[in-house]
Amino acid sequence: MLDNLTQRLARVMKTLRGEARLTEDNIADALREVRLALLEADVALPAVKEFIAAVKQRAVGEEVIGSLTPGQSLIGVVHRELTKIMGEAHSGLNLATQPPAVILMAGLQGAGKTTTVGKLAKLLRETQKKKVLVVSCDVYRPAAIAQLKTVAAQAGADFFPSIADDKPADIAAGAVDWARRHYYDVLLVDTAGRLAIDGAMMREIAELHAALKPIETLFVVDAMLGQDAVNTAKAFSETLPLTGIILTKLDGDARGGAALSVRHVTGRPIKYAGVGEKLSGLEPFHPERMASRILGMGDVLSLIEDAKKGIDEQKAVEFAKKLKSGKGFDLNDFKEQIGQMRKMGGLSSLMDKLPAQFAQAAGQMQAGAEEKAVGRLEGIINSMTPAERTKPELIKASRKRRIATGAGVQVQEVNRLLNQFEQTQKMMKQFAKGGIAKMMRGMKGMLPGMR
Amino acid sequence: MFGFLKKSPAEPDSPLNVAAAEAPAPAQAQTLSWRDRLKAGLARTRANFGGKLKTVFSRGKVDDELLEDLETLLLTSDVGMEATRHLLHELGTRAKHGRLETPEAIQQALADALYELLQPLEKALDVHTHRPFIIMIAGVNGAGKTTSIGKLAKYFQAQGKSVLLAAGDTFRAAAREQLQIWGERNGVTVIAQESGDPAAVIFDAVAAAKARGIDIVLADTAGRLPTQLNLMEEIAKVRRVIQKADPSGPHETLLVLDANIGQNALQQVKAFDRAIEVSGLVLTKLDGTAKGGIVAAIARQCPKPIRFIGVGEGIDDLRPFDARDFVGALFE
Ligand SMILES: Nc1nc2c(ncn2[C@@H]2O[C@H](COP(=O)(O)OP(=O)(O)OP(=O)(O)O)[C@@H](O)[C@H]2O)c(=O)[nH]1
Ligand SMILES: Nc1nc2c(ncn2[C@@H]2O[C@H](COP(=O)(O)OP(=O)(O)OP(=O)(O)O)[C@@H](O)[C@H]2O)c(=O)[nH]1
Ligand SMILES: [Mg+2]
Ligand SMILES: [Mg+2]
Repeated sequence: MLDNLTQRLARVMKTLRGEARLTEDNIADALREVRLALLEADVALPAVKEFIAAVKQRAVGEEVIGSLTPGQSLIGVVHRELTKIMGEAHSGLNLATQPPAVILMAGLQGAGKTTTVGKLAKLLRETQKKKVLVVSCDVYRPAAIAQLKTVAAQAGADFFPSIADDKPADIAAGAVDWARRHYYDVLLVDTAGRLAIDGAMMREIAELHAALKPIETLFVVDAMLGQDAVNTAKAFSETLPLTGIILTKLDGDARGGAALSVRHVTGRPIKYAGVGEKLSGLEPFHPERMASRILGMGDVLSLIEDAKKGIDEQKAVEFAKKLKSGKGFDLNDFKEQIGQMRKMGGLSSLMDKLPAQFAQAAGQMQAGAEEKAVGRLEGIINSMTPAERTKPELIKASRKRRIATGAGVQVQEVNRLLNQFEQTQKMMKQFAKGGIAKMMRGMKGMLPGMR
Repeated sequence: MFGFLKKSPAEPDSPLNVAAAEAPAPAQAQTLSWRDRLKAGLARTRANFGGKLKTVFSRGKVDDELLEDLETLLLTSDVGMEATRHLLHELGTRAKHGRLETPEAIQQALADALYELLQPLEKALDVHTHRPFIIMIAGVNGAGKTTSIGKLAKYFQAQGKSVLLAAGDTFRAAAREQLQIWGERNGVTVIAQESGDPAAVIFDAVAAAKARGIDIVLADTAGRLPTQLNLMEEIAKVRRVIQKADPSGPHETLLVLDANIGQNALQQVKAFDRAIEVSGLVLTKLDGTAKGGIVAAIARQCPKPIRFIGVGEGIDDLRPFDARDFVGALFE
């Protein structure tokens, strides 16, 4: 498994304890580690180089504040810079044009274009109440048109039929005409996957673009891509005036360095992230989470956000307050939290948001075992009295025995739960003090059944 | 870190910007031999790799700086840290023993090291051990599973084998229709069900193959990411059901890898191996990737025979893996 950057830096920065300032000399080794970490995360070399230069410039002269080690200071700089390069906060689709707003999809074979058309159609329909038409110009891949037809039906969008004997340009022209005459707000145009070096196919999509004059030309990129992502992105952005990027398959465990490579080459915003095969699996892109992920720091923030999404408004506010103060987090909240995990699709969907090491450890757990463990935890809390839940310190030996009997478990399990609760509580406090790294260390305790 | 790379000078200048446009379009590939075609497919790999290598090698001596440049070069080819370290170590050892004084000698030494690493993965698939010989195909989303099945059907039929396809992807939109079209192109039967359970479809297919005396069953499955634990469990179940239908099967479990994918390919091999005991790999889209370097990382960290490579979207664009050709095409 890949080391995360924090550990790597801890190794090289050991010698630096006590130094008050980052200098070109004392960070040279560390920057080499950053460079390797980025390469291992599949960030392409030219992007790595530029990034390292920027970090060096920012870091040199930075004071090492308070309790931080020089390594932690450097991580701060690295994370900040990476977030910056990932782009500004989420930018949605631009539809400000005479309708229909045409959106053209482009990308390599199997990147996720057709699926993403369905996701965008659903999003535009449901959140922006748009009237959406989709069309497939993929006359090559077997059943590509049938695939889009099915996906369109799932998204509740209208489908403009085409057949594999048609020419892509003719299909597109017909669809635009239809969309205009039937007052569609948006026309999403799916295209065949193509290699950047396939001259004929790249010409084809350039011609499609010229005919369609789309307001958005989206480059769909698989988050698992390796070093070649720069070359591909370069070729596509030279052929087409791209307006944005969609990063797919982020629900996997790839570090996703391709995101940085593609940003580096195209300079275009990453507008959305694909996080599942289902049409609901599309999220706004979060630069700061992506930075954490590439650095192997886990997607801690999105985990927190998911937790918030599951609970209702009122509770979210309370939860946030508690999170902030680090006070008053009791067993009721803990149970609530366990319930949230369930709602959020069980632990497995959380796994990919955790740092690689944890995810790996968790992956070795029996499938289903974690769900059972969660159920047991809830059972234990259920056999406590309200007073015990708000004041866990009341729970001494005899109470523990009673609770264990009530829940049908061993006393050790009650102890374990109390430990996990305490760790979580501690973690909340640490989070309140702003220490992501500290919070991550505490994370393990939050996962029942994980040792 | 390795000793000979101790001093870490500023970023080496490697001319990475070899123009993409120079590579030939694979369009007229139909008439070319397989090797020419792979070469055409790998043209960019070669342009990139070879191009960079030439500048590196023109220095002519194996010293720390050269090794540092080589490290960069291997890493940017998706070889990965561990395999890169190994290859450089090999090169270093060879430099100590023999006289590596010319750029050609260095290139040859690196090619040899890479060949030695990859050669053990060159193991042809023998489909004569059972009948029906059941091949299960798995991989992440969009890797090229269904397309590879279409190509494999042609490949085996050309060897005089009878083939049957099982539409085990019951999840993705039009996955079944896609496989059915490949079935039509090959003139072979596709066993499919209106909806439902992948394991059931494949169970049926094995039974049908037995009844009809078919030589080879190719079972498609839905794409899945190793993080989707429930889906990984589902595919493990598919494997168990195949075993129930035929206790000696599946006789081959092929993992399809997209050559464009970076280091995550290693995780894919490990995770699928845990779930379904991978016995061979298919490396697709080698016509498009600039670097096939991930293969070296796989050889080091989780070696599996590479049975076939995919070099295009057409029915004929599949070849057995040949380590010498692969390395040769890379270094030419
Ligand atoms: N897990 C996951 N799978 C995805 C995501 N996006 C797409 N997929 C899957 O990836 C595979 C390929 O997606 P498609 O939409 O067919 O890709 P495409 O770019 O249209 O492919 P071609 O038309 O062949 O070039 C399918 O199995 C999709 O279900 C995602 O965000 N997460
Ligand atoms: N250039 C090139 N494209 C390929 C190759 N193999 C497959 N493809 C293309 O990659 C895309 C995805 O291929 P599929 O066979 O549908 O992939 P899959 O793994 O079955 O995908 P899912 O079932 O959605 O997970 C299609 O557009 C194929 O034409 C190859 O060797 N070279
Ligand atoms: Mg498609
Ligand atoms: Mg498929």
